[in-house]
Amino acid sequence: MTGTFAGQGSRFALPDVMGRVGGLWDKAPWYARYLAYALLIAFAFALPSETIGSFMTPQADWPSVLFYPIGVYVLLAIGLNVVVGQAGLLDLGFVAFFAIGAYALAIFATNNGWNFWEALPVGIIIAMAAGVILGSPTLRLRGDYLAIVTLGFGEIIRITANNLDWTGGPRGISPIPYPPSVEGFEIGDVEPLKYGVLDARPYYYLLLVFIILTIILVKRLEKSRVGRSWAAIREDEDAAELMGVPTFKFKIVAFIIGAAIGGLAGVVFGSQTTSITPVNFPFILSALILCAVVLGGSGNLVGVIVGAFLIAWLPERFREFADYRMLVFGAALVLMMIVRPEGLIPSRRRRAELAEGTGGLGALGGEAGAATAQHVHADVLTPAGGHPDGGHPDGDHADGSRPDGSRPDGTGGATVATDREADR
Amino acid sequence: MLLEVEDLRVHYGKIEAIRGISIAVDEGEIVTLIGANGAGKTTTLKTLSGLRRVTSGSVRFAGEDITGVAGHKRVTLGICQAPEGRGIFPGMTVMENLDMGTYARKSPDHAADLDRVLTLFPRLAERRKQSGGTLSGGEQQMLAIGRAMMARPRLLLLDEPSMGLAPLIVQQIFQILKEINDQGTTILLVEQNATQALQLSDRAYVLETGSVIKSAPAAELLDDPSVREAYLGGAAAH
Repeated sequence: MTGTFAGQGSRFALPDVMGRVGGLWDKAPWYARYLAYALLIAFAFALPSETIGSFMTPQADWPSVLFYPIGVYVLLAIGLNVVVGQAGLLDLGFVAFFAIGAYALAIFATNNGWNFWEALPVGIIIAMAAGVILGSPTLRLRGDYLAIVTLGFGEIIRITANNLDWTGGPRGISPIPYPPSVEGFEIGDVEPLKYGVLDARPYYYLLLVFIILTIILVKRLEKSRVGRSWAAIREDEDAAELMGVPTFKFKIVAFIIGAAIGGLAGVVFGSQTTSITPVNFPFILSALILCAVVLGGSGNLVGVIVGAFLIAWLPERFREFADYRMLVFGAALVLMMIVRPEGLIPSRRRRAELAEGTGGLGALGGEAGAATAQHVHADVLTPAGGHPDGGHPDGDHADGSRPDGSRPDGTGGATVATDREADR
Repeated sequence: MLLEVEDLRVHYGKIEAIRGISIAVDEGEIVTLIGANGAGKTTTLKTLSGLRRVTSGSVRFAGEDITGVAGHKRVTLGICQAPEGRGIFPGMTVMENLDMGTYARKSPDHAADLDRVLTLFPRLAERRKQSGGTLSGGEQQMLAIGRAMMARPRLLLLDEPSMGLAPLIVQQIFQILKEINDQGTTILLVEQNATQALQLSDRAYVLETGSVIKSAPAAELLDDPSVREAYLGGAAAH
């Protein structure tokens, strides 16, 4: 295997550009970074403008699309990234936590008269409890087995909701009340705290605030001992245990945090749609979010957000191609995974892990060229092919998802439904 | 005795992989388990480091019964394994890998341990910022051993450190193991390629289909015709 390490996984020049941006970012002083953060946040708040919308989704209400699917997918992808990207656990039933959050809001709001802010923490806590219930028996499984069990869990939640009376059966629950509004507060032409039917922008702002808070939380975790433990588990679970990492505990923690974020997304989603049915939570949504994570660059927050954005936005943008758009979208995803298996914006670590997994080891890393010259004898003697394939069942390639089966149809109105999924 | 294993039985599903093994390792020794593929060497080691559950039998370490102690807690007791297939963290740099060795320790100061490991393995010092996955096979093995040493184990478990490596590198690594042992760490070694392991060891156990069939000082086994026949590459003359 020749060639430098950076070029190992991908066959395009793109990674070098990203690498350079990453390098600049690492060297930038703290105030430059904070300025960049501030600009990004300002940009995110300005995003629902009509000028941008007329290009982004000429055929649909841009703020609505920004809320769902784009914003919701982004939040879900951030949550799933904790489980898949950081801890390396393949979860194919992530939509279950999203459903639990949405149903928690719907049930407590319609039965008990709770408002959004009262239902929010409860919805998150129930989702976390579901994470424990799902995680404690199944996290002893690995790889493919875990994927199958989580897939089953996602279906169980949906089918249960479809069959119980108190979840409204196939007709779901409606009307779900909007979050309480604050009247008379106006910035420009928006009333950002007035939640109603017509304007989707307040919901987008609400979601944006939660996304920002979640990013801060997840970033802090990533840099902590918890993040280090996850990285060790993801890279080699046995080795992590041998070094003293309580692997089971940290896998559960990853599941719980992922579940909390999924539940949060569900509550916010439910507050805007006014009506939820089991059809809102199909398996294909789990698959799409997983696609977003893998496509963007599993483990890298920026990559994952970009991935979720593209997955949500592209089908909306090319709506005029009607049924073909999903075909093209699916082909694009497949192509993507062939030419850039590590994702659009991979993390440095992930790239190294992937290179190891495929056995494509340059015994000499690019940076070490000079240092190795004097040790040529040893490196020549080391059989380069002598690597037992480090084939840990990582989440990366296991998504046999078929994104062309879905139709996130939720554009203009308040009700969002994926209409293809057959009822049971 | 630092480590005492008594009548250990381990199952994979319904298959009994370890059928009543009893071994003992004294403080300061190097002990080797030799045996063919499937003899149960790796399973034994995994059981000792807590990755495998025991069906019956007991494991005592430093006088304490640790049979049911979880794997991640055994590091704190003083058992650390450099895993099979070099089990390093490929996405972490050499330094980050070594740092993981101190994960279970509470004292924040690891400078002395780092010094010691980098002196044992100067190659790792040269590679400190390189990702583990980009190292050569020999370097990865060194990293796995170095990382385990960062945990300051009393008993170091090694699973086939020679696997897939060129003879020259194997020799280097065994030399370093000798040094580690001289500095006071007890070593339990699993090896398929047994000649060099026996030359290094004080004592050895021969495993066959999950049982100990022979136990003797290493030098004696090196001369034993039946062992030579089976594990040391034929009954070549002296």
